[in-house]
Amino acid sequence: MKYAFYPGCTQESTAIEFGRSSEEVCRRLGIELEEIPDWNCCGASSGHFLDDDLAHALTARNLALAEGQGLDTAIVCAACYLRLRCTQIKARESADFKKKMAEVIGMPYEATRTVRHLLDIIVNDLGIEEVTKKIVKPLTGLRLAPYYGCYLVRPPEIVGFDDPENPLSMDRLLTALGAEALDWAGKVDCCGGSLILSKEEIAMKLLGEVIEDAREVDAEAIVVACPMCHANLDMRQSGKNRLPILYFTELIGLALDIEESSTWFKKHMVDAIPLLRKHGLI
Amino acid sequence: MASKPKYNNTVCDPSFAAQVRERSGVEIERCYQCMTCTLGCDANFAMDVAPNQIVRLTQIGMKEAVLTSSSIWVCTSCEACVTRCPNEINIPHLMDCLHQIALEEETPVKEPAVPVFHRAFMAPVRQFGRQFEVLMTGLFILKARKFSLRDMLTNAKLGFGMFTRGKLKFGPHRIKGTKAMNDIFQKTLGGRGT
Ligand code: SF4
Ligand code: SF4
Repeated sequence: MKYAFYPGCTQESTAIEFGRSSEEVCRRLGIELEEIPDWNCCGASSGHFLDDDLAHALTARNLALAEGQGLDTAIVCAACYLRLRCTQIKARESADFKKKMAEVIGMPYEATRTVRHLLDIIVNDLGIEEVTKKIVKPLTGLRLAPYYGCYLVRPPEIVGFDDPENPLSMDRLLTALGAEALDWAGKVDCCGGSLILSKEEIAMKLLGEVIEDAREVDAEAIVVACPMCHANLDMRQSGKNRLPILYFTELIGLALDIEESSTWFKKHMVDAIPLLRKHGLI
Repeated sequence: MASKPKYNNTVCDPSFAAQVRERSGVEIERCYQCMTCTLGCDANFAMDVAPNQIVRLTQIGMKEAVLTSSSIWVCTSCEACVTRCPNEINIPHLMDCLHQIALEEETPVKEPAVPVFHRAFMAPVRQFGRQFEVLMTGLFILKARKFSLRDMLTNAKLGFGMFTRGKLKFGPHRIKGTKAMNDIFQKTLGGRGT
């Protein structure tokens, strides 16, 4: 099992623990990741805000580089995931568009390969049973709210490995790890991440509602698969008893008893260690 | 809820619907005002014109009412409306088209900090090929003039928190293909800056 790996810009900065945990967990699970050589930023929410062709060309360069590796791409950031898939699907539908992209990026681009989110790869390619076989320390007793947000599940014609209104892949994975995956109202709501700098008050209201929904079902932590959601919920959460925000890869690492996992949890703004200690997991 | 403006703006531009239709490819004529989009829109509380109204006003050519709204800037592109619309109307893509027209035609921008942010985001990408958060945030603070004490304190606290956790990159990562990046920006944006 081998994929071209698109880490995305946050993996060396705000989401360093997501990058490290993804790479280590993949290694242990036998998923080989070969970084796309000289990959560039996908433009996130800002590329398509300014210009459609610019947004598509930024992602097309990465898709063309991965094609050169002869591999499908694995992505950990939900925002990069949607952006790359948008371009890839459009290129498959229109030969003219594909030609135009190849011209703009100055590289051959045939759209022969596909793009997958790591959650999709682990749940559907590898299979949850393979993860279960390797569990050393089940996450018994942890009450978790699996948060999918926007781009992992919407729009379904572009991403679509799970249901857009009630996705369950993370729920199934966390249950298999031994935790309690809670059913809750906020799982596909928007956290407002793209407005956190420019319209802080809107983003604060949206992220506050996600946190409230998780509290409503007595979740002890929220689990995410996107560095943008994580940065927003982890760094901007206000109030006294803040909820830890964990990456799904960190939890796999914990259940597999990967030694480095304690170093990942130290990177969070909301300290997750007391919670993990309480359940004897660290 | 933000107060909804009265449409004293009655100027109608009959070519507007066709212009938007052509440029975005969004089939706005198919909307029958069921309001599914607006009911599920998490950002509607901050919009002065609801998403379904944006579609309607565009259909009938109320160009100014649409381009001067806050809605085209505060839509978070959450993709909920397009997922649920019975007519598959891609409102976030329509919003992109509308604020792009607003920027090109230099209409007064209701939420100026939003385009300032997106341009600040793209500046390091254009230069280095990857994001460089310190530069992006710095540019945004300067250009959006976020100098209030409260803003300063929030940024200092976040910056310090990131620094102590080893999450603050002090220098950019420059990719090898910076020339290719520059070509991409030139060929798509042309003279328009980031
Ligand atoms: S959901 Fe679709 S058809 Fe219904 S009002 Fe919104 S855009 Fe129009
Ligand atoms: S994409 Fe924009 S208009 Fe549509 S539901 Fe989300 S915020 Fe509202």
